[in-house]
Amino acid sequence: MTLGMTAVETYDALRHFADSWGLVMLGGIFLCLVGWTFRKGASADMDRAANSIFEDDDHGA
Amino acid sequence: MDFRILRTAGWSLAALLALAAATQAVDTPFAVHMIIFAVAAALMVVATLNREHKLAVGSISQDLTGYDDDVIRWGVIATTFWGVVGLLAGLLIASQLAFPLLNLDIEYTSFGRLRPLHTSAVIFAFGGNALIATSFYVVQRTCRARLAFGGLARFVFWGYQLFIVLAATGYVMGVTAAREYAEPEWHVDIWLTIVWVAYLAVFVGTLVKRREPHIYVANWFYLSFIITVAMLHLVNNLAVPVSMFGSKSYSAFAGVQDALTQWWYGHNAVGFFLTAGFLAMMYYFVPKQAERPVYSYRLSIMHFWSLIFLYIWAGPHHLHYTALPDWAGTLGMVFSIMLWMPSWGGMINGLMTLNGAWDKIRTDPIIRMMVMALAFYGMSTFEGPMMSIKSVNSLSHYTDWTIGHVHSGALGWNGMITFACMYYLAPRLWNRERLYSLRLINWHFWLATIGIVLYTASMWVAGITQGLMWREYGADGYLVNSFIETVEALHPMYLMRATGGLFYLSGGLIFAFNIAMTIKGRIRIEKPMTETPYDAAADRPLLAQPAE
Repeated sequence: MTLGMTAVETYDALRHFADSWGLVMLGGIFLCLVGWTFRKGASADMDRAANSIFEDDDHGA
Repeated sequence: MDFRILRTAGWSLAALLALAAATQAVDTPFAVHMIIFAVAAALMVVATLNREHKLAVGSISQDLTGYDDDVIRWGVIATTFWGVVGLLAGLLIASQLAFPLLNLDIEYTSFGRLRPLHTSAVIFAFGGNALIATSFYVVQRTCRARLAFGGLARFVFWGYQLFIVLAATGYVMGVTAAREYAEPEWHVDIWLTIVWVAYLAVFVGTLVKRREPHIYVANWFYLSFIITVAMLHLVNNLAVPVSMFGSKSYSAFAGVQDALTQWWYGHNAVGFFLTAGFLAMMYYFVPKQAERPVYSYRLSIMHFWSLIFLYIWAGPHHLHYTALPDWAGTLGMVFSIMLWMPSWGGMINGLMTLNGAWDKIRTDPIIRMMVMALAFYGMSTFEGPMMSIKSVNSLSHYTDWTIGHVHSGALGWNGMITFACMYYLAPRLWNRERLYSLRLINWHFWLATIGIVLYTASMWVAGITQGLMWREYGADGYLVNSFIETVEALHPMYLMRATGGLFYLSGGLIFAFNIAMTIKGRIRIEKPMTETPYDAAADRPLLAQPAE
């Protein structure tokens, strides 16, 4: 209950924030994170990462 | 002061405090728990002193140059042991549902007390030990660094076993917070919190000291599992104890808020404990066993972020048609349906890792088990979203269909991928040429598969029968069936379910035998899984034939 709001008002405010700016913000962050994998040069990095588990099996050389 | 002396003194003090708490206990289970805790702390004192003595006289030595695999070896044994215990408990309660006589008329063995024992044993004891062991294995190999805080890692293992013992003994004595998959009471919850923070420290500490610039995607899944479970555990178990020396507490929430908190926890326990954590195993062990990199690393990252952003909202689908606001149920339903996409993306990513090496399904029984696990991951992540749709849920909810769905995920996905990982780990951790027997994996595979098919098929039929019978109205507007009539109708299905459980348990026993023999260093003389087809007589150039 912030700044003298009643419980119902707080619920209402949070609920409207969740389906408007909150949703936009989280959607934006998600798209940035997924979009990052499509940046230039990402494919080579990912090939290396995918194969990193085979470079050395038993010793951390 | 020397840290070792401090540690010994600390455990001694903990044992004494626990004994003091036991004398003040307001109920017997609390006293029993404090005594168990005191015994465990005393064992820690003895173990610490014993180890220091052996190091001093030189009968053991510390090798700090290799990977720290002791805890992982213990983890493999614990996973195997708790797996058999959990499956046995499951078979027992499945039989109790078919034959109530098996409740034995003793409070300690009644269905209500053994059911959380079964769910906690398979999810937290079997699954949890597998997650801790594999995460310590994977994080070291992918970071090419020895485990950070070796002593703390040992504390995580033994502390977690103590949590399991406290939880299990509590259930049998009738101690329960009555929260699905979070039944332990407040004092056990506090202990788990301490252990979990130590787990996080060991895992993150190892990531920090890594010698490999990129953090492999399996570790992302493990880390999200550790952090999210910590958050879920803390919020869901907020409670006020009735007494500081008693095992009863009341939730900090009331009414529908309490219900939503429980299912926010419950569904994300499935999402992050049983999905994200086990996907971490999949993303490391499937490529390793197949000896080829994951099909698409980009897809694995998209899989990760999609699960993180979607799963956390899906919980309300457990509360359709309740006091929960309708919009919240719709939100849970929509996010559940959206989850279908990343789940199948992940399944395809795992299966397509075998692209070009499909013959391994025939020749490598471990790969076959992994493929079956992924197939069940796909099937249960299709079934789940479907059941979250309100109209489907109105038929399926509160019926055995839900139980069938949970077991298709748990036996098919979590069980099969865990068995496969243990088969992968055992010969490597004990430095054996190979597993005791590959052919026994085949037996395990088919027994488990038949078991799952019997289980899920019988529960589909049971659930839909139940749902339809409950909602059947006569011409005069009254319900046609009494509750006991629906129970009678389900009896054959309950028998079939218990049979399925018996098959799955038999596979589990073969698994335990195979792992035990591998640890002992035995190798079964057997026909190999594949032979090279070769006919020397036919392997020669075609000679010119004389004209007739």
